Amino acid sequence: MPTSVEDLINPGVEDVIADSKLHGNIDPAQDQTMVLNMGPQHPSTHGVLRVVLEVDGESVVALAPDIGYLHTGIEKTCEAKFYQQVVPLTDRIDYLCPMTNNLTYCLAVEKLLQLEIPERAQYLRVLLNELTRLNSHLVWLGTHAMDIGALTVFLYCFREREEILRIFEMVAGQRMMTSYFRIGGLSMEPPIDFYDRVRNFLKIMPEKIAQYENLLTGNPIWMGRLKNVGHLSAADAIALGVTGPPLRASGVDWDLRRDMPYSGYEKFKFDVPVSQVGDVWARYEVRMKEMYESVKIATQALEGLPEGRITAVAPKIILPDREQMKTQMESLIHHFKIVTEGFAVPAGQVYQGVESPRGEMGYYVVSDGTAKPFRVHMRNPSFATLQALETMCKGRLLADVVAVIGSIDIVLGEIDR
Amino acid sequence: MSATTLEKAEVLEQMAANPAVAALSSLLIDARFALNELTITVPKEQIVAAVKAVQAAGYNFMEDVTCVDWYPSEPRFHVTYHILSHSLKERVRLIAPVGSEDLSIDSITDVWPAANFYEREVFDLFGVHFGGHPNLRRIMMPDDWKGHPLRKDYPVEGYR
Repeated sequence: MPTSVEDLINPGVEDVIADSKLHGNIDPAQDQTMVLNMGPQHPSTHGVLRVVLEVDGESVVALAPDIGYLHTGIEKTCEAKFYQQVVPLTDRIDYLCPMTNNLTYCLAVEKLLQLEIPERAQYLRVLLNELTRLNSHLVWLGTHAMDIGALTVFLYCFREREEILRIFEMVAGQRMMTSYFRIGGLSMEPPIDFYDRVRNFLKIMPEKIAQYENLLTGNPIWMGRLKNVGHLSAADAIALGVTGPPLRASGVDWDLRRDMPYSGYEKFKFDVPVSQVGDVWARYEVRMKEMYESVKIATQALEGLPEGRITAVAPKIILPDREQMKTQMESLIHHFKIVTEGFAVPAGQVYQGVESPRGEMGYYVVSDGTAKPFRVHMRNPSFATLQALETMCKGRLLADVVAVIGSIDIVLGEIDR
Repeated sequence: MSATTLEKAEVLEQMAANPAVAALSSLLIDARFALNELTITVPKEQIVAAVKAVQAAGYNFMEDVTCVDWYPSEPRFHVTYHILSHSLKERVRLIAPVGSEDLSIDSITDVWPAANFYEREVFDLFGVHFGGHPNLRRIMMPDDWKGHPLRKDYPVEGYR
């Protein structure tokens, strides 16, 4: 066994494929396989995913994802920032669900601090998280359909997504990198016309989802490309760490929102769509049904929104109101302390899992009792789901790889971090 | 929120019925229940036996493998596993301390293939070697990179 890491040889992905056991099954005299490189610059890899494929004619013999092109070292950066300064970094992990990342991180730190979050803030967090899920699923649907060749759907999806981004802009001032959640609550009260805008959006949304389904569900090309493609059994899904819609499409009835509720999800009524088939079509069906459920949850959160504070009562952790800061000595001191030296978090470690649009998003935060996190680790759903790519694609046609990558809905930002 | 913290002796006494505690009672070197989360420390030589035991106890889903560098104290690296049970609706955290004199631990990819990428990531960013891993290569950093960025003695801006 090598004692230092430098002793290890680092072969390229091509060598690994050449050594793979599958390669040995091919008669060398008849060897007609070819190693094909897909990405990192490829329109249907949704970012900078590189997939090295070994193909025999049109069928895939072996496949290896090669990642790391977008590695920015966010986990390392977190260790050099105050707890509250990490929130904007979490947006940048997954640019399609910034609110979910904000929420997971805030919940983890709030658990360490043992903060009680007011119900109003919890409801608004749930509302915005479900809008984020719609936002993410709309991008997934648009790009997935575009990969398969149905270009029209993309435009319709982005029309509705635009409205969600405008709602985000209303509350956070930002369309994508929202950073709206704070440790202990929310950064500010939403503007007055926010509620009507969300209400109108939620009213028209089910109709729009039906419209997308109308464009796709009965379409013979769409069915031909999706049905019986990229099978993943429930046992394989669990063994490979697959979470979220792909897990539920394989017949495992598991949703963290229902089974291990956080942020008050236990107060909402919704169904968890599950399919037993496990192919690309099943994943499409599960996500489409999930969009209706998201509308249901968001509507409940909006209609049942309680009055009250949007931040916990913790003056040494949460920045005071601007007015208080300008008029009260004590608030000024707290403001100065939080901004210049942060706040100490009791030593300990927590893991907080949240159902993100892509699966289980988990933050593991270790504190050593200072104002900066000792270690922040993100458990990202796409990272684990990508491991199942080979199981789903092996023995299938090359064109199916594109359908499968679309169906697992990866975001490279969160895979590489 | 519950603020109960139980140390090793209390965990063994009060949580003996917990499936993870029961399965690991002969292997564990430390146990702690804090913030509603159960943490069990096992010797690194026993990690494969430990994950097999929790798997048999109903913890069917491997969520995460990561590492914490406690430099300069020893044992320096705490390889951390989060394992979830779909039927019990709870998770257990296993910690295997790895000292800097021998940076190796057994791979759990035979028990859960999902650990493959995670162990590669820990190897890449911390330099902990996983024996028996099918494809232990760097995953985030370029293949010819020197050093392990998430170690505490690696500067945030990198070496100049």
